[in-house]
Amino acid sequence: MKYTQQNAPIYEALLKHKKNRVVPFDVPGHKGGRGIPELTEFLGADCLKVDVNSMKPLDNLIHPVSVIKAAEELAAEAFGANAAFFMVGGTTAAVQAMIMSTCKAGDKIIMPRNVHRSSINALVVCGAVPVYVNPGVSHRLGIPLGMSVSDIEAAILRNPDAKAILVNNPTYYGICSNLKEIVKLAHGHGIKVLVDEAHGAHFYFGEQMPVNAMAAGADMAAVSMHKTGGSLTQSSFLLCQNDIEPGYIRQIINLTQTTSASYLLLSSLDIARKHMHLNGREIVAKTLELAEYARAEINKTGGYYAFSSELIDGDTVFDFDRTKLSVHTAEIGLAGVEVYDLLRDEYGIQVEFGDMGNLLAVISAGDRSFEIERLISALSEIKRIYGKDKVGMLNHEYIDPEVAVTPQEAFYDAKKSVLLKDGIGHISGEFVMCYPPGIPILAPGERITKDIIEYIIYAKEKGSSLTGPQDMAVEHINIIDF
Amino acid sequence: MELWYSEYQTEHVRFSLKVKRELFNQQSDFQHVAIIDTNEFGRALTLDGCLMVTEKDEFIYHDMIVHVPMATNLDIKKVLVIGAGDGGTVRELTRYESIESIDMVEIDPLVVKACKEHLPQTACKLDDPRVKIFYEDGLKFVRRKEKEYDLILVDSTDPFGPGEGLFTKEFYGNCYNALKEKGILVNQHESTYYEAYVEAMKRAHQRIKETFPIARVYQAHIPTYPSGHWLFGYASKHYDPLKDLKEEEWNALGLKTKYYNTKLHQGCFALPNYVKEQLNEEE
Repeated sequence: MKYTQQNAPIYEALLKHKKNRVVPFDVPGHKGGRGIPELTEFLGADCLKVDVNSMKPLDNLIHPVSVIKAAEELAAEAFGANAAFFMVGGTTAAVQAMIMSTCKAGDKIIMPRNVHRSSINALVVCGAVPVYVNPGVSHRLGIPLGMSVSDIEAAILRNPDAKAILVNNPTYYGICSNLKEIVKLAHGHGIKVLVDEAHGAHFYFGEQMPVNAMAAGADMAAVSMHKTGGSLTQSSFLLCQNDIEPGYIRQIINLTQTTSASYLLLSSLDIARKHMHLNGREIVAKTLELAEYARAEINKTGGYYAFSSELIDGDTVFDFDRTKLSVHTAEIGLAGVEVYDLLRDEYGIQVEFGDMGNLLAVISAGDRSFEIERLISALSEIKRIYGKDKVGMLNHEYIDPEVAVTPQEAFYDAKKSVLLKDGIGHISGEFVMCYPPGIPILAPGERITKDIIEYIIYAKEKGSSLTGPQDMAVEHINIIDF
Repeated sequence: MELWYSEYQTEHVRFSLKVKRELFNQQSDFQHVAIIDTNEFGRALTLDGCLMVTEKDEFIYHDMIVHVPMATNLDIKKVLVIGAGDGGTVRELTRYESIESIDMVEIDPLVVKACKEHLPQTACKLDDPRVKIFYEDGLKFVRRKEKEYDLILVDSTDPFGPGEGLFTKEFYGNCYNALKEKGILVNQHESTYYEAYVEAMKRAHQRIKETFPIARVYQAHIPTYPSGHWLFGYASKHYDPLKDLKEEEWNALGLKTKYYNTKLHQGCFALPNYVKEQLNEEE
């Protein structure tokens, strides 16, 4: 059968399967929900009926030959890639597959230090060695920016044997690097370009969007369809092109991917791809309109700074994703995470995350102007009631890490738990990060400095949710050199 | 043939009116707007299928939302009304010559249009020269005002639709900001007889109490609203609705009302025990 973008092959096969009323003597054991009435009542019988196992008419994600293959081909076409893979382990799995398919143990990979933990996790698993490039930093906003092309070039010249470069584009805050130039530069040195495009699924469908990874010529990209593309949480796409061999990528993915991929996730990817292909342009335009409105209104409130494309500087802020609503809060004397907490606890509004100086609200086509008005009004109330002078705000500097040993070596080494302050000068055996955004403050193998410990303590005081260490209370840290 | 309109007051309780004919039936950008002519209650406006006003009992609601604050402060000059597209609240307000301006903020122009055409009983004063209608989101409108109004009346739909933003802490905070130093806020406060509404009402009261130094709840009997027992929220920066009631002065105005009187004013703040418990109020 010939499929077009109007089709959603997995979804269509599931509909047919439902209609055929096949008697299930296979897993899952809930048998269309009959076995667990409470869950069926909660999620809905229709949902449980398509929570099925791989079978002949539904194909198998491990080795797609029919409807999943067709759906992946349609996705590749929609994203302008050579091949697309349906991922059910989140974009984390897609990022790890990118790294593991281009780097082996001991291989070097160039990346900015403000990568998501999933990238460094991949290094723990595969044993590759990170070469960190400082992202730019906005001192005014206290946020990491994109990577400068000249910094990357310097890193490549120092490490001509690097196998790959990983770019997170856009960043959580919506900041883009000069992807086209980075690709040109890396390819000139035979280095593969991997893009963590977790926050950029909509770049492939909207107008006036920053360039997407495939269009920029990158070799692979991990795209969180569930973040801005409408699919279910945990579902994602891995895209590749150029001389990346899809069969090998599939083998790498299968090393860690479940053999019981959820058809709820798969069908959501399939339908979301179709939906975005058909309606993405209007969806992104609406999102953009809402975000621009909210930004203008928040900036009128005074004190807050909802930043946007005026940050563009041709280098570390090469482009800006205007669908993101990032708000700098430090000028009203409140940390982003404090405003985040007030919004949730006092106003019943959940935003994506708050860091020391900023908060990020995700705007999508699912929003209505009522909710946007609530957010704006709540922010203006928070300023009126809780706002104070800008005092005692830690001016967050990008903390340049010293990689003493590889993440893999440090992770598996023998460890000793010491008080945070006693860790200064030692090598960390674990991660510490604020979640979200999930960017490590400290990664395994890095030397612990006074600045880092101070930052961790400050983040704790401000109410950030810290994750990573074995000690759940984050009072102790594991070191490997004792 | 019999034609009946039914409202699901809860999942398991229906309230039905026999319908003579349908006068208006359109979907707006915000909600479904209909006006029906019923045998017993006269003409009625429904939004998203929920009964808003009927000709037969609208006087109770509009008397109580307007005259309680007006009899508490006779110097009210500038009023903001949010919602109230049927015009009933504005109609009662226009009876006070002392009021200089009434800003009405209604999100849905179609409600006003439908009511002007088919519900003249309530919409009759929307063209009063003191009335200015703004078709905007109430939350957005009030956010931009500071110390401008003597009285804000929130005549909204339930908190589960376009009116949702009008039951939030940010809205009450914005109202506080938009009121003058002695300003009063009155809002329709739902009912708590049926379980489904209890939480929303409690939360609304809690949020108003956090925002205003004086926050009270009063009641009225409105036959067509779920359970027939309805609540209003009274909040002020200055005026206590009982201590500051201007009984003689208000009666001297000679306004003829069908439900409200100053004795009822004093009584309506006495609440049934189950409501007091829900509000966590002491005697």
